Amino acid sequence: MFKEYNPIENKIFRIIDNEGKVINTEGKPAIEDEKVLKAYKDMLFARTADIMAVSYQRQGRMYTYPPNYGQEAVSGALAQIMREEDWLVPAFRELGAWLAKGATLKDLFLYFKGNEEGTAFRNAKKLLPISVPIASQLLHAVGIGYSINYKQEKDVVFTIVGDGGTSEGDFHEALNFAAVWKVPVIFIVQNNQFAISVPVKKQTASVNIAVKSIAYGMPGIKVDGNDFFAMYAALNRAQEFARNGNGPVLIEALTYRKGAHTTSDDPTKYRTKEEEEFWAQTDPLKRLFLYLKQKNLFSDNEESELIEQYKKEVDRQFDEAENSPATQLEDVFKYMYADMPEDLKVQQMEYEKFLKWKESQQ
Amino acid sequence: MVQAVNNALEIKLADDENVVIYGEDAGVEGGVFRVTEGLQQKFGEKRVFDSPLAESAIVGTAVGMAIAGLRPVVELQFCGFVYPAFNQIISHAARIHNRTRGKYKTPMVIRFPYGGGINALEHHSESMESIYGHIPGIKVVIPSTPYDAKGLLISAIESDDTVIFMEPKRIYRAIKQEVAEEKYSIPIGKAKVVSAGTDITIVAYGAMIREVQKAMVMAKSKNISVELIDLRTIYPLDKETIVKSVQKTGRLMIVTEEPNTFGVAAEITAIANEEAFLYLEAPVKRVTGFDVIVPLPASEHFYMQTPEKIFYELERVMKF
Repeated sequence: MFKEYNPIENKIFRIIDNEGKVINTEGKPAIEDEKVLKAYKDMLFARTADIMAVSYQRQGRMYTYPPNYGQEAVSGALAQIMREEDWLVPAFRELGAWLAKGATLKDLFLYFKGNEEGTAFRNAKKLLPISVPIASQLLHAVGIGYSINYKQEKDVVFTIVGDGGTSEGDFHEALNFAAVWKVPVIFIVQNNQFAISVPVKKQTASVNIAVKSIAYGMPGIKVDGNDFFAMYAALNRAQEFARNGNGPVLIEALTYRKGAHTTSDDPTKYRTKEEEEFWAQTDPLKRLFLYLKQKNLFSDNEESELIEQYKKEVDRQFDEAENSPATQLEDVFKYMYADMPEDLKVQQMEYEKFLKWKESQQ
Repeated sequence: MVQAVNNALEIKLADDENVVIYGEDAGVEGGVFRVTEGLQQKFGEKRVFDSPLAESAIVGTAVGMAIAGLRPVVELQFCGFVYPAFNQIISHAARIHNRTRGKYKTPMVIRFPYGGGINALEHHSESMESIYGHIPGIKVVIPSTPYDAKGLLISAIESDDTVIFMEPKRIYRAIKQEVAEEKYSIPIGKAKVVSAGTDITIVAYGAMIREVQKAMVMAKSKNISVELIDLRTIYPLDKETIVKSVQKTGRLMIVTEEPNTFGVAAEITAIANEEAFLYLEAPVKRVTGFDVIVPLPASEHFYMQTPEKIFYELERVMKF
C-alpha cells in the first residue's frame, strides 16, 4: 500500500466516492458489515454530541469548545483499529477516538466546563489528556513508543496533530526521533485545510504532508480522511507495520473542518461558500450512510430514531456534568506534585483562613 | 563531582531497570564532561544512549517514557542550551501530574551543567536556576559537593516528580572528596547548615559555597562569625532553616551567580522580610551577578563572585 501510494506522486488513497460507491475494490478492507454499521453509529453519536456541545456553549453552559464536525471518519476509523493495549496520544479534535478509548462525554463536558477532572479520563486506559500546545504531544508518543520497545511489548501508539502542527519544530523532532529509534508510533495528521484561519498552502511548500515522511525514513500515505474505508485500511496497515517492529508511519488524512476552529472563531472571514459546498459533498457520514443504505444495512428512519436516542444520552451526560459537585480549594493544590512541597500546603492553609474570614463577614 | 554523579547513575541503573539515560553524546563518549562515561559499556545501548541533537525532543520523549513507567534521566549539554526544551518542561513535564489529576506521573530528571568560571564561550556560563524555580510543578536541585551530588541525584531519580538537576560545572573536577561507595540519599527540599555561626547568615549553593568558604577565612581573621547555609534545593525552598538562622544571627546575605533581578536571592530576601522582619539588624544583601549576559572570558572576572568581593560585601553588612 505504501509503495503503491508513494506520496511523492501525490496520489490519494480512496475506497468510496462521494455517493458511497466502492471505486477501489482491491483496496477495500475486509471488514464485516456489522462492524461498519457499528462504526457508522459511533460516528453518528460523536457528531450528535459535537453539535450539541456547540449549542451548550452557545447557551453559555460551556466554555470554548473545538468542534469535530466534518472530521468524524478519522476518529471513527481509529476507534475500530485501536486495541485495548494501544496508546492514544491526542491533540484536541478527536472526540470519537477519545470515546473509543474509554473517555466519557461527561468527562469532556466537565473539561470544557473548566474542570480539570474532565481530562484525567479516569476510566480510560492508555489515553493521554487533551494536549493544547500544538504538536508538543507527538514527542510524548515517541517516548511511549521507546518504552514499548524497551519492555518488548506489542502495543502501538496512535498520535494526532493538525496540518498547522506540521510546521512546529516538535513535529519534525518527533518524526526524526521516531524513525531513528524505530518506535511503533502512527502519526496521524488531520489535514482539515485550516489552522484557525491560515490555509494549508501557507503552512508548507511540500506537494502534500505525507511526503515529509520520506525525509525521515518512514513510510507515509495520503488518505481521503473523509472516507471511512480508506482510513480504516490505511490505519490497519500502519498498525500492522508498526506492531511488527518496522517503526513509525505517517498518515495524512485529508479532511475538512466544517465547523469553526473553536466556538470563538468565525470561519466566514476566511472561507468561501463555494469551498464549503465542495467539501460538503465529501462529508464522511453522508458517504458512509449512502454506502450502508445501498447495501440495505441502514435506513433514514433508523437514523432519525438513533439521533433522538443519542440526543437523550448526550443530554443525560451533560446533566451529570452540570450537576457535578463544585470544585474544592484543595483540588487546585493537591495534584501539582506527587510529593507536595510544604510551601503549597501553607499557601492553601492561608487561603482557607481568608475563606473563613470572608464567611464570618456575611 | 563528575565521579559522584556517575556513581549515582550507576547505582540507579543497577537497582532499577526502569532507569534509562540519554542525551547528546551521553552514550558512547559519556557526555561532553564525561559524566556518563562507561555507563553504556556496562548497561548496554538500550539503557544508556546517544539521542539525536534536539533538546525539545530529548525532554518531550522523556515525558512520554515517564508516563509509560520508565524513569528517564536526560542530559542536556549546557544550561544555555536548555531553552528549546522550555515548552516541554513548562507545558508538560511540570503539568502532566496536575492535568491528569495524578493518574500519570512524570518521574524524570533533567540534568545539565550550569555556571561560569570555566573560560567558556557564550551560552556556556549562565546560571538560570531562578527561571526553573518559578515554574509550578517541578523541583530544582543544585549540589555543591561530590557527596551531596550523589545523594541528591539518587533522591531526584527516585522522586515521582520531575526534577531539574543543575550541576556546577566549575567544580566538576575542582573538589576532591571521599564519597562512600554504597547507596545513600539526601532529601530534596532540605538545606544544610555547613558551618554554624552567630553574626551573619550567608545562603549560597553550587559553586558559590566554596567561594563563600574562602571569604569566611578572611571574616574569621576579623572575628566575624558566619553561619553558612547550603540551599541544596532551589525549589522547594527550605524556608525553615533560613528563617531559624536569620532569627539567630540578625543578618542575611545571599551569594549566587545568577543575574540579580527576580532571582533566587530576591526570593530569599522576601522570605526574610515575611518571616524574620523583626530580627533583622541590617538590610538583607544580595550578592549576585549583574543583570547582564555573562561576559566572555576576557571580562568574566568582573561578573563572578570572588572571595574578596564576598568578604567586601560581608563587611559592609556587618558595619551597617
